[in-house]
Parts: sequence; C-alpha cells; structure tokens
Amino acid sequence: MPGVVQNGTNGTAAAANGSNGHQRGNSLSANDNIRRFQAPSRPMSPPADHTLFHNKTRCFVYGLQPRAVQGMLDFDFICKRKTPSVAGIIYTFGGQFVSKMYWGTSETLLPVYQDVEKAMAKHSDVDTVVNFASSRSVYQSTMELMEYPQIRSIAIIAEGVPERRAREILHVAKKKGITIIGPATVGGIKPGAYKIGNTGGMMDNIVASKLYRPGSVAYVSKSGGMSNELNNIVAQMTDGVYEGVAIGGDRYPGTTFIDHMLRFQADPNCKILLMLGEVGGVEEYRVIEAVKNGTITKPIVAWAIGTVASLLKTEVQFGHAGSFANSQLETAAMKNKSMKEAGIFVPDTFEDMPQVLGSVYQKLVKDGTIKRAPEPAVPKIPLDYSWAQELGLIRKPAAFISTISDDRGQELLYAGMPISDVFKENIGIGGVMSLLWFRRRLPEHASRFLEMVLMLTADHGPAVSGAMNTIITTRAGKDLISSLVAGLLTIGSRFGGALDGAAEEFTKAYDKGLSPRDFVDTMRKENKLIPGIGHRIKSRNNPDLRVELVKDYVKKNFASTKLLDYALAVESVTTSKKDNLILNVDGCIAVCFVDLMRNCGAFSAEEAEDYLKMGVLNGLFVLGRSIGLIAHFLDQKRLRTGLYRHPWDDITYLLPTLNAGGSEGRVEVSV
Amino acid sequence: MSAKSILEADGKAILNYHLTRAPVIKPTPLPPTATHNPSPKLASIYFPEDADIKGVLDEAEAKYPWLHAPGAKFVAKPDQLIKRRGKSGLLALNKTWAEARQWIAERAGKLQRVETVDGYLRNFLVEPFVPHPQGTEYYININSVREGDWILFTHEGGVDVGDVDAKAEKLLIPVDLTEYPSNAEIAATLLKKVPKGVHNVLVDFISRLYAVYVDSQFTYLEINPLVVIPNKDATSAEVHFLDLAAKLDQTAEFECGVKWAIARSATALGLPVITSKDTKVSIDAGPPMEFPAPFGREMSKEEAYIAEMDAKTGASLKLTILNSTGRVWTLVAGGGASVVYADAIASAGFAGELANYGEYSGAPTETQTFHYAKTVLDLMLRAPQHPEGKVLFIGGGIANFTNVASTFKGVIRALREVAPLLNEHKVQIWVRRAGPNYQEGLKNIKAVGQELELNMHVYGPEMHVSGIVPLALNGKTSDIPEFSG
Repeated sequence: MPGVVQNGTNGTAAAANGSNGHQRGNSLSANDNIRRFQAPSRPMSPPADHTLFHNKTRCFVYGLQPRAVQGMLDFDFICKRKTPSVAGIIYTFGGQFVSKMYWGTSETLLPVYQDVEKAMAKHSDVDTVVNFASSRSVYQSTMELMEYPQIRSIAIIAEGVPERRAREILHVAKKKGITIIGPATVGGIKPGAYKIGNTGGMMDNIVASKLYRPGSVAYVSKSGGMSNELNNIVAQMTDGVYEGVAIGGDRYPGTTFIDHMLRFQADPNCKILLMLGEVGGVEEYRVIEAVKNGTITKPIVAWAIGTVASLLKTEVQFGHAGSFANSQLETAAMKNKSMKEAGIFVPDTFEDMPQVLGSVYQKLVKDGTIKRAPEPAVPKIPLDYSWAQELGLIRKPAAFISTISDDRGQELLYAGMPISDVFKENIGIGGVMSLLWFRRRLPEHASRFLEMVLMLTADHGPAVSGAMNTIITTRAGKDLISSLVAGLLTIGSRFGGALDGAAEEFTKAYDKGLSPRDFVDTMRKENKLIPGIGHRIKSRNNPDLRVELVKDYVKKNFASTKLLDYALAVESVTTSKKDNLILNVDGCIAVCFVDLMRNCGAFSAEEAEDYLKMGVLNGLFVLGRSIGLIAHFLDQKRLRTGLYRHPWDDITYLLPTLNAGGSEGRVEVSV
Repeated sequence: MSAKSILEADGKAILNYHLTRAPVIKPTPLPPTATHNPSPKLASIYFPEDADIKGVLDEAEAKYPWLHAPGAKFVAKPDQLIKRRGKSGLLALNKTWAEARQWIAERAGKLQRVETVDGYLRNFLVEPFVPHPQGTEYYININSVREGDWILFTHEGGVDVGDVDAKAEKLLIPVDLTEYPSNAEIAATLLKKVPKGVHNVLVDFISRLYAVYVDSQFTYLEINPLVVIPNKDATSAEVHFLDLAAKLDQTAEFECGVKWAIARSATALGLPVITSKDTKVSIDAGPPMEFPAPFGREMSKEEAYIAEMDAKTGASLKLTILNSTGRVWTLVAGGGASVVYADAIASAGFAGELANYGEYSGAPTETQTFHYAKTVLDLMLRAPQHPEGKVLFIGGGIANFTNVASTFKGVIRALREVAPLLNEHKVQIWVRRAGPNYQEGLKNIKAVGQELELNMHVYGPEMHVSGIVPLALNGKTSDIPEFSG
C-alpha cells in the first residue's frame, strides 16, 4: 500500500525524539525500516487435497486482532517463510487502511479492508480465513466468506455460536467443500508453515515445543487449551508435531476428528496420528470405523477425556459446551474402551499417554519409517516491547508524567484517593478540586471556600463581554463548545482578570511593607488603577452583599486574614476619595484566596507563591464562569434566537479619505 | 453456555404462545388458525428456603384464581428437571385443589430421593387435569444431531412408553430447511400406525411444533404423553402436552431471548401485571429465561457467587461443588485441563473424595483469581478436618496468553490469607502450570510455600499436565525434578 504510509505513528518514532534521541550520521527514518511484500509466487502445482496449509498459505484475518496477527507473523518469521501468512485484515467497522506489524525486527504494513469483496479481489492467492467475529456475527460473516470460491478453509474462533447456526454453517461448507475449523477453538498449527491465530501460545512456548519445524506426529484435539499441552508432549516424546488441529469444544464442530484424521492418513509425511477426544458426541466412533474398515492404517494414539463423568453422582456440565454425555455411547470410558478394541493405542490414563506415544514413536524409528531430520538452529525470537516490559526486562524513559489521577487500576484514583471514597466522604466539588489542583486534601473550610468562589463567579449577567461573545456565537448557530470557548477566550487582563491582578498588586504592596496609603499613592503616581477596587453602583453605604458574604465567611473560618485586612485598609483610603471605590468582589476573593494559600497550613510559602504565579486564581474564574457561559448558551438555544447582527446606527463609521493626500493613511480618533 | 434444560412450565409457556405464531416451514394441511391459543393454565409455585409454606400457597391461590373453579380437577408435580416423576411417586393426578394443595404442602421444602440423587423439592407445577379417551396418548420427541433434527413419534405414548428408540417412527429433518419433507412424507413416515382420520391434524401439529423448535432454538423437546383429541370433522383438534421436557440453546439468547421472554410474560400467561416502584426493567417483554440447576444440585451460595462473577466478565470462572466434605480439591486453569484433572483424580480412585469441579480461564484479572481461589479455599477449610489431611491441586495446562505470574498473584494472596488453616487441615498442595511468564509465577508460589511453611510441590511444563495427581494421591514417584526457579 504505497502512498498511505505515514511516518511515526507509534512507539518507535516516539523513542527517537526522547531524551536519548541523538542523531546519528546514518540514521534511518522509520519508513526505511518497513518491509513491503509482493504476493508470493504460487506453488507450481495446486496443493494436494489433504494439504490444508503449506508454507505459502496466505490468509485473511477477519476482525481486529493485532495481537493474534502479530503472533502469526512472528511464527512465519521464525519458520523462515519468505512472505507473511496474513495477506490482509478484514474489519468491517474499519476506518484504517493499513495496520502496522513487525516482521522480525523490521516492520511491515498489512492492508485493512472494510468489505470482503474488495479483499478477495485484491488477493486472489488467499484461500483461508481466520474468523475472529463474535458469536453474534460469525454466522453472517462466515456465510459471506463462503460465497467466494477461492476460500478453501475457515477457522471460527468465537465461543457460544448457537448450535443451529453452527450446523447451518457446516452444512453449507460441506456442500462447497470448505473445511471449517471450530467454532470455539484456538485453531491449529502446521509447524514450519502456518499457524492459525493464537495457537501455540507465546513465542517462547512455540520455540520450546519446536513448532518452527515439522515433525511426524499429527494430532486432532477438541480442546484448544489442551492442544498446547499436546504440542508439549509431542515435542518431548517424538521428533515433533507435523500438524495439529483443535476442532473446538462445541457440540457441532465444523469438521470433526475423522475429517482431519483422513487427511493425515493421506499425507505421506505424517507418520503417527494422535487424537484427544472428549466425553459427549459420537464423532470418535467414525475414526474407530475407519480403523476397522482399513481406511486408516497409520498408528493412532488416542484418549478421550472426561472419564470422571460416569463416576460422579450428578450430571456436570464441563468446560466445553459439547462435553456432556447423552448416552452410554458418548461417555469417555466407552469411547476409550471401543478405541482400544479397534486396535488404537489407548493408554490406561491420560497421564500414561506420553509413554505410549513415545513407545509407538520409537518403534517407527527402529523400523525406519521415521528418519529424524537434522535439527535446525533454534531461531531467535524477537521479544515484544510490551511483554518485555511486563516481565521487567527493559525500561525506557516515559514521554509523559502524570501525578494527579490514575485510571489503570480497579478504581479511578484522584491524587491517590479512590473515587468511591470521594463519594463516601462527600468531599464535594471543592474537595475534588483540592485533590486534582493541589494534590492534597485541603481543610474543610478551604474546599468550601473554593466552592464559594465558583458560586460567586458563576455568572455576572448577559451584558459582560464574555457572556456577550457566548450569546453571539450561540446565535450564530454554533455548538456548545464553540460558544463556551468564544466566551472563555474573552477572559484576560481586562475581563475577569481582576482576580489575578488584584492578588498580584495587593500581595506585592503588602510584602514590600508599603502602608495602605503609600500603596494608593504609588499607584496613583504610576497612573495605574488598583485592580479589585471600585464598583459601578455599589458604595460604602450600599455595600455589595457578595463581598459581605465572603468577608464574613473568611473572618469566621480562616486562620489568618492579613491580606484581607490590608485590602480593607486600602479600601478605607480609596473610599475617602470617592464613595464607590470599594473593595469589590473580585478584589475580595483574590486577597482572601492569597490568605488561604498562605495560611491554611497545607502549603509552604514557596508552594503558595508558585500556585499564584501559575494563575490558579484565573483557573477559578474560568471554571466558575463556565457555568454561566453554558447557561447563556442553553438559554439562547431554548429561546430559539436567531443570528445576531449589530445595528449600523450603533457603530460610528469613520473612514479615511484616500484621495485627500498621503498623510491620511492613519486614522486618529479622539473621543 | 450450552444447551440447557428448562422448567416444564417454561417449555409449555413457549409452546403455547408460539405454536400459532412461529412461521411454519411449509404450509400444513390445515388452514392457519385465526385466533391464538388462550393463556395457558400453569400455576408455578416456588418455595424458597425457609418459606412459609401456607403463605406461599395462599399467594398462589390469589395469583391463579382458576385454582378455585368449582369442580375443577388438577395435576400437581414438582417442576425441577426430575425424570420419571410418576415412578418416584411425585405425580398427583385428578385431585381437587384442596387435595393438590395438601399434597404439595406435605412435600414442599422436603428432602427427596430420586433414584440416586437427593434434593429438596422447591418448585411445583399445578395444571388442570385433562381427562381423555384411550388411544389419544402419543409420544413425540425432537432432538438435534449433526445432520439435522430427528422427530420420533409413536402412537403409544404414556407413562409406560418403553423403549422409544426401538419402537418410535423416525424422521430426520435436514439442517437445510429447503429440504423439509412434504406433508405426505411426514404422514407416511411418522403416522404409519395412526388412523388416517387424524393425519391432517397431527401433521399440522407436528409441523407447528417443529416450527417452534426451530424458531425458539430448542435442542431437545419431548412430550409424553401428547394428547390429541380431534373434533368431529377432524379439521382441528384439542392438543394437550401433559408432560414435557425441553432444552434450549442458551447461546442463542441473543436471537431468541425476546421470543422466550414474551411467551413467559405476565400478559401471555394471563396473569395480572403488577407494577411497583422497584420492578426491574427487563430488556425484553418478559422475564429473562431461567436455566435451573439439575435436581439435587441446588446452587450453593459460593457457586452462585462464582456464577455471578463469571457472568460479569469476559473471563471464564466455573465452580461446581461435588462433595463438600471431600478430601481432594482442585483449582485448575483451563476448560480442558480441569476435566483432565478430574479424570486423573477419579482414575486414581478418589472419585468419591473429589470435592469440586471448576476452572478459571480466559485471562482473569488478579482480583478475580483471588476471589475465585479464596472461595475454593474457604470451602475446603470450612469442611471438618480429615485424619489423612486434604489435597489441593493448583493445576493447569500451558496457557496460550494468560500471564501466569499475574493470575498466580491472586492465588498467592488467597493462600496467604488462610495459611495457618492450611497446615492445621494438613493440606498438601500440588502445583503444575506453564505458559507465558510461568517461571516467575512458579518462583513466586514456591517462595510463598516456603515462607509460610506449606506442604507444597511445584512443577512446570516438564511435568505432564495432570502428572502430579498420581504423585499426590497414589504415592507414585517421578524422575522429573520439581521446579527449582
């Protein structure tokens, strides 16, 4: 898929700009490390009927299963395949064009198709599908896949496919000669050639069980979990697995023991057949039949698990849906007995199976049927980053650090406090703010004060510029976020900025030791207004009730109110000049907040200064006012107000006259 | 999730509701009925543990007013997946309500032995008694196999139906329903020994019954006796399914849940709809289908707890208590491996001592594993001590992608909590596990065993999956060394 490649979509590129990202002269870009594959040359002659998979098998993986696909590619790589077995991914909810995978230590791109037809048309060499669709959708997707004549086999992984649907699938598959493996299976594996999905487990286990090269024992098992165990047993007792299939634990597997046993019988490279049956169903008897009538002549080692069922007093539904005996014939004990009578090698217990398998193998080695191939070098397995990290083998500096919340565990944590405790202790929005903003529990009176500030700053009517902008944006038909942001972006040193300014000026003056009168005088000399002082209407005789509320609360609850006292002294200076130059609500909140930070005991002096410098007061205003701005948005929507256009007569138009001469480039307006 | 038995009352409710509604596969010989069946008369009476029996029965009388119909006769029987109730004396036929009530009151909540199984009688079904002429009792059975669905039919139904496999007429309906047999074929195969006069009625009924079987995804359905009383001109018939056993495919819940639910809704059953403040909103038009535990296997608190945990996660957690005072306990990962362990324990001669069957798989979290392990350990240590001590197998196959170290952390936490008791009960612990990061997992559990001085043996993939069972139970020895970390 050339042309859609983008650099640095994941971790590898991120590492390059980390702290250790020094440039080397011959450095590769991430793109240079991506391998692209042509479709493999087709085998000269079509594979024999008994060969379901070979080392040029190409498949689709249906469903987004990056981990399974990576496992398949890793397997292909250590089997020294020239091309990956996965030709593409079909993901109907798609949206992505390619999926990036590792090929050994380099990378490759797998196309992702949203519909089956396109995928099939693009990859005529694909003849098998690993279907990871859920039990709900697997019926429909499998039926669709079977409409394409190029498909020879499909593995269905989902557990819990309704029995009627499973039977319909297998019925159609039989008509069309398609081999279905599953449902409810991990899949199967052909060492050295092809692996379905997650079969064989992790790479270290695949290497331990020597699944990177073929042996001479082929097995069919019902259970996917036990197939791994069989891989292990076969690797320990013989020259290894030739092919292994897990047909799945459901009542109606798409193909059963006999289908695969006949393939193994027909395949000259397969020398010993191994079958792990189970209580429930009668499919083992078809193998017995084939042995009796001479269709299968190769030695079979077999066992049916679930012998315990007949010894229990009540019926137990074992792990697999199909593992339930409806008649004596379906019991494991009867199956084992019948298999033994037919001349199949059946151990006395499952624990004895390795020895039985070992002795059959040794006999075939002795009579020359099996010649041990020279052992190839054990391939190196590339270790996945995330797995290596889980094992604690590697480390790397993180690109991000977060110290306030953690969503990875059982419960969301706010600065270490579980969310359930947040509600149990009823710490309120002030408590949550103190956790997330300051990473600590503030005393009750402090978090109450934060809430008070939010309530007081929540709204100041529609006429202030922030609300105006929100209203106008809303009326232009924009969404909530745009309208809210239009209002928020108005906040700055002139609108809403009084809080920060007041805190800064009062603190500076107080810390310098200026007397309130000196402070007022200095500001006047510098021709500066004192932020936080003055109100349009309210005056000394007509006090702002909001300010009274804050003052009362703070006086009653705070350990110290030094800056508030200082600000009130300033107020008495200014009001003596003009009655409405009172400490307004912004100024009051600002100085009280500084008192809180400095004296509540939760912050050191440096921390308090730091937070103020970061603009935490502005944060309080933004948060509080957001409530009001959202309210204005909802209000305008509710009223269905139309687009606002400001009347011309409310704008003074003063335009330069261009032909009057060069100096008219600048307009000077004096009001 | 698999084919599961359902209560007789539920099976009858589904048939009653859907017989006239399920789309038939091919037209039947009779015209489709214009009306649907009236609500069935099924009084399902449940007695919870420590229930006030009189109170429950009074409540039932209020709920099902037809019990008081003058002169009515009833059938009463326990509805708990018990086979051959008649032979165990668990069938009260042709009784007045007063008699039936008395009969139930004598049995409700009592321990009852059926063949070899003991269980408490908790759920009863009372229906109107249907008097019928001789020769109208049929037997029908539909069951699913790989190739299709077998319909078994015999005109000699009833309690003493005998060996149906030998005497019933059989017809295989293929999976591909376009190959559904014609009415003539059905009659020719199944109704050979039935008088021609009722053929149309029976073919119609069988076709409808099969339509319900398909539409509601049954996997097994047996009606015996099935009573068919044709009207005079044999254009329709009164059909009564006197006794019924059925299994539904639980995995088809997402397709059929709505059909199962509506048939069991209060409206369909003709019951008054009670709405109160704490009525839960159910996702379908009726209550979700219940799949009761087999008779004598009432779920214990612990089993219910694990089942609930299982239902809430993508992982699989299963627990069945087989013998709570047994000596041998298992804590095994994997559906296949857990069966292999149970087999090995049984073949070592300890089937009677096997305390539980269970498995955890599908990458459960550490916490889930902890709760699962804790539940099993608590059960094991709650039972009285045994002079020969107890054996715990912490087993499992080679995991595909579960991080063994992380699930073992949960097991280890549970072991730590009960360590002193483990030694007090003389518990031998045998461990075998492999798969991703098993080295770390085994190292940790071994370290804990040593630290807490537990009697513990630890093996990795070199040991056969259930190879530790004969070592533990039969004193066999093995030259495979223990895991040494």
